[in-house]
Amino acid sequence: MEGQSVEELLAKAEQDEAEKLQRITVHKELELEFDLGNLLASDRNPPTVLRQAGPTPEAELRALARDNTQLLINQLWQLPTERVEEALVARLPEATTRLPREKPLPRPRPLTRWQQFARLKGIRPKKKTNLVWDEVSGQWRRRWGYKRARDDTKEWLIEVPSGADPLEDQFAKRIQAKKERVAKNELNRLRNLARAHKMQLPSAAGMHPTGHQSKEELGRAMQVAKISTASVGRFQERLPKEKAPRGSGKKRKFQPLFGDFAAEKKNQLELLRVMNSKKPQLDVTRATNKQMREEDQEEAAKRRKMSQKGKKKGNRPGPGGKRKGGPPSQKGKRKGSLGGKKPSGLPGLGGKRKGGQHQGGKRRK
Amino acid sequence: MRPLTEEETRVMFEKIAKYIGENLQLLVDRPDGTYCFRLHNDRVYYVSEKILKLGANISGDKLVSLGTCFGKFTKTHKFRLHITALDYLAPYAKYKSTQDCRKVDPMAIVVFHQADIGEYVRHEETLT
Repeated sequence: MEGQSVEELLAKAEQDEAEKLQRITVHKELELEFDLGNLLASDRNPPTVLRQAGPTPEAELRALARDNTQLLINQLWQLPTERVEEALVARLPEATTRLPREKPLPRPRPLTRWQQFARLKGIRPKKKTNLVWDEVSGQWRRRWGYKRARDDTKEWLIEVPSGADPLEDQFAKRIQAKKERVAKNELNRLRNLARAHKMQLPSAAGMHPTGHQSKEELGRAMQVAKISTASVGRFQERLPKEKAPRGSGKKRKFQPLFGDFAAEKKNQLELLRVMNSKKPQLDVTRATNKQMREEDQEEAAKRRKMSQKGKKKGNRPGPGGKRKGGPPSQKGKRKGSLGGKKPSGLPGLGGKRKGGQHQGGKRRK
Repeated sequence: MRPLTEEETRVMFEKIAKYIGENLQLLVDRPDGTYCFRLHNDRVYYVSEKILKLGANISGDKLVSLGTCFGKFTKTHKFRLHITALDYLAPYAKYKSTQDCRKVDPMAIVVFHQADIGEYVRHEETLT
């Protein structure tokens, strides 16, 4: 009997093994093509089983998917593995399938002014070295940029040229010239960009004072000058009797007249649903602003309390910290420091009230 | 003429909902055609799609009215409901009129309130 049970156990074990093996081995006529870098398995077998399935091939499709996934996983298990933070990880090889372009090819840009000129004249870019030997500092310096070889703005001694005004600042003149060159370069860059995107540069055509401008031109120039500050004109003071400019706000945009009727209906129904839900919807911006304001008030009150206490106590070396349960008259007098909503004040007052009641009760007894 | 903005729609719906409550969605979503609200010269018109398309051919300054005028937005952007909306609001009214009270089932509760001249003085805060 025991022998029988042992045999039975062995047979069962063998059966289990066979089942497991059956599960993980899949027979295919044509081998699948694997691109493990992309976790891709391509099945080239003819889909005869699917064709014979009939109108609803759900079960056959599911079986096919299971088989193919099993084969892919089998391949993955053969990859070299490594340990990364208590997890066993397989190292995938390089992907072999080339994915198509995500974005369209960039369209050719129009040539910049220099490129056109160079093309005309037949100028080719000369290969230049990155570093140049600088005699003055006795080291190799870069050709242009930070700490370059020949920076004329950094010279400490400039001789006044023979024809120049002796009171002119030569150093400032060089710095000015550099700024002008930088600005010119920037302008040309923007012009090239505008040409590439077929946009217009905002021009300062009528802005320079000539003395022959009309009232409108001057007004326009004045408006542009007013908003040409870092804060876009927000903190510019006005002359005593100058009026605020009308119509300087943003123009409102409305939905088109025959927009999508279905979308309009959907929005309105959604609005109705929100209205009828009878729950106050959380307006996140208002909630956060309210929270921030409360915190600011608390901090301000605390700071004022600290300063007040410091001034009043004077030279006393006491803790000077928060003293709870001060006499109510003092709290009332110091209305300047406690003004407005002060949540920390409430529990103290509540406590005082409760204490009074208890005492009253005891006295009654 | 233009469609209503979110804010304007909300204000208007809140006002109309006081009269017809949840039945407002029957006005928005009708089985017999697409009707929409359009704003023209501060007045809100309830107009079917067909009429709207015809009305769009008339220039704004020459257009007087189209569809049914439900009400208007005042200068301070409050919504005033007009009597011309009654035809559309009456079928969905929440509270029954005196005529309907005669036909209602025996278990329904009817509150019959005859005019009380003093009510405006006594309850002026709570009267809507």
